[in-house]
Amino acid sequence: MASKRPNQLFRNMNAKVSAIPMIVTALFVFVGGTAWTIVYSFTKSGLLPRMKWIGLDQYERLWGTKRWLIAIENLAIYGLSMLVLVFVIGFILAALIDQKIRFENTVRTVILYPYAMSFVVTGLVWQWILNPEFGVQNIMRGLGWQSFTFDPLYNAEIAIFGVLIAGLWQGSGLVMVLMLAGLRGIDQEVWKASRVDGIPAWKTYIFIVIPMMRPVFITTLVLVVTGIVKVFDLIVAQTGGGPGIATEVPAKYVYDMMFRNNNLGQGFAASTMMLVTVAIIVVPWAILEFGGKKNNG
Amino acid sequence: MESSITIRDLELSFGAVEVLKNLNLDIGQGEFLVLLGSSGCGKSTLLNCIAGLLDVTDGQIFIQGRNVTWEEPSDRGIGMVFQSYALYPQMTVEGNLSFGLKNAGFSKSEIAERIDRAAKVLQIEPLLKRKPGALSGGQRQRVAIGRALVRDVDVFLFDEPLSNLDAKLRTDLRAEIKELHKRLRNTMIYVTHDQIEAMTLADRIAIMRDGKILQLASPKEIYNRPASKYVAEFIGSPSMNFFDGKIGENGQSFACDAGTFSLNGYQFGEGGAQDGTAWLGIRPEHIAVGTEAKTMPIQLEASVQHVEPLGSDTLVRVLIGDRRLWVRIDGQSEVADGDALNIGFDPAMANIFDKTSETRL
Ligand SMILES: Nc1ncnc2c1ncn2[C@@H]1O[C@H](COP(=O)(O)OP(=O)(O)OP(=O)(O)O)[C@@H](O)[C@H]1O
Ligand SMILES: [Mg+2]
Repeated sequence: MASKRPNQLFRNMNAKVSAIPMIVTALFVFVGGTAWTIVYSFTKSGLLPRMKWIGLDQYERLWGTKRWLIAIENLAIYGLSMLVLVFVIGFILAALIDQKIRFENTVRTVILYPYAMSFVVTGLVWQWILNPEFGVQNIMRGLGWQSFTFDPLYNAEIAIFGVLIAGLWQGSGLVMVLMLAGLRGIDQEVWKASRVDGIPAWKTYIFIVIPMMRPVFITTLVLVVTGIVKVFDLIVAQTGGGPGIATEVPAKYVYDMMFRNNNLGQGFAASTMMLVTVAIIVVPWAILEFGGKKNNG
Repeated sequence: MESSITIRDLELSFGAVEVLKNLNLDIGQGEFLVLLGSSGCGKSTLLNCIAGLLDVTDGQIFIQGRNVTWEEPSDRGIGMVFQSYALYPQMTVEGNLSFGLKNAGFSKSEIAERIDRAAKVLQIEPLLKRKPGALSGGQRQRVAIGRALVRDVDVFLFDEPLSNLDAKLRTDLRAEIKELHKRLRNTMIYVTHDQIEAMTLADRIAIMRDGKILQLASPKEIYNRPASKYVAEFIGSPSMNFFDGKIGENGQSFACDAGTFSLNGYQFGEGGAQDGTAWLGIRPEHIAVGTEAKTMPIQLEASVQHVEPLGSDTLVRVLIGDRRLWVRIDGQSEVADGDALNIGFDPAMANIFDKTSETRL
């Protein structure tokens, strides 16, 4: 009879062994690559990485560049609007489907379909739709409304919202199916109980159902936020950062610096800033979410 | 007795599937009615119709004399308790109890008073600040009952409230619900497929099958004089033993392969005696053995096939020819497989069902 507690290291041995390649990859590629990038962001690397230390110079240049500041501002606008709207739209669509509207399958497919497209296709599609000569504006004028103007991609002030529309069109479907899965997981008897209690449906959603869907919301939030921070291909395909530099975003700045301007050091500094931003958001959340659990069971 | 709930010609279909068929039911003021039936017979559906959680296809529902057929659940003066408790998990117990009241616009003091009263009755005062996740199943179901209680309604609806609890808790909470009913004297409708719950709680039991009520009567009546063979088999465990045979001599005798029994003492129903093929049913506990069997009008010789001691009593499966019968005997008796056993019963305790209509004769 085993009277001693088995060594924890050797429990679930198979699972541990098979996880080793992934752990190694994660360590070398992600952690190693990240550390390397951070170190070289303090150097004067140009076309090729060079270990010539210049301290915080790259960062000073970065924060002195108008293009970077606009990129940050755009990301903030796009990110916040996207976050709020994609959740609102996705949830409302899911709730409508959950209330047993007809043709559920058709609706679900139509709305989820954009998600199956690459951002490049989405970007091009919306470039055409928003193009004043072929798109919505042209159609409305064709119908007789001659003064109708709708050309967000050609107006530097609002161009980022043109990108937002495309992003929402693509992203809402995913949020919708995730939310729908969450709604379907809610015990129907809870709904019945709230009807007997006389609570209107919208209050049931806000005070009972949404709090019960917390895990789904967190998963969705992580997916949406990572999608926002790395938004790049949509911009490249739809506006190329224009008009001018009106729709620049940080990821595109990094790409341009590293592969077009032969300024690796600047690209590394910008990507380190992106990492820091994500860390500022994710680390406290992770501590709250996972750190607390260990202690109270 | 003035009726508390009246159901007239109720029909309910899900698409092409008819679940409730032309159902009529009158429930008295303060009555405890149990809806009993096998899974899928439409018990929950009927309860949900009464609660207003399902729109009826046809028919009418009256609660306290008011036609509520098309009223919202919250306006019907009902409280409901569900099998899965259906508590609001992110709110404390207090929040669960008060949410509906707050929404209905009751004053703070009124809400506090009602919660206080319900918490006292259900002994959940120490739990008020906890969330449902931190409660045991029994405590959760108490809170769910509390949520119905604070509504201060005339009618309580229970949908299998004890099915998710373990046996011991179920017995305890069953007694508490009975106690609660004695105290409040509300009308209660209680859905279950547990016949012990039904027998112990009910003033009257409605046995349902395929969306119809087969029999509506007191537990005793249902046990002693089941209206049909289905009801007879459904109530009682192990279930009633049946002899397959023929009534003869104008209801004087019953002939089957085990012999010809005199039916002297058997009370025929309103239809009176009818000769013809029939089932004679006798419950395991109404069969006597040994010396006691010698005193019975009908006596048979059997051999013991199988013994199941339960402690308080013992179940014995006996063979008469190749017919199997269950017999319930005293827990202290000594019988072993293969023993010869005299058994006997009184036709007054039997029930006879017509072979074709399967109704009691
Ligand atoms: N939403 C629905 N759509 C279609 N059929 C349904 C629906 N709800 C119930 N039914 C059918 O109606 C019948 C009665 O269901 P109901 O839930 O009333 O049974 P029940 O007697 O409560 O059974 P149980 O003891 O299993 O709870 C079942 O045959 C079921 O398949
Ligand atoms: Mg049911």
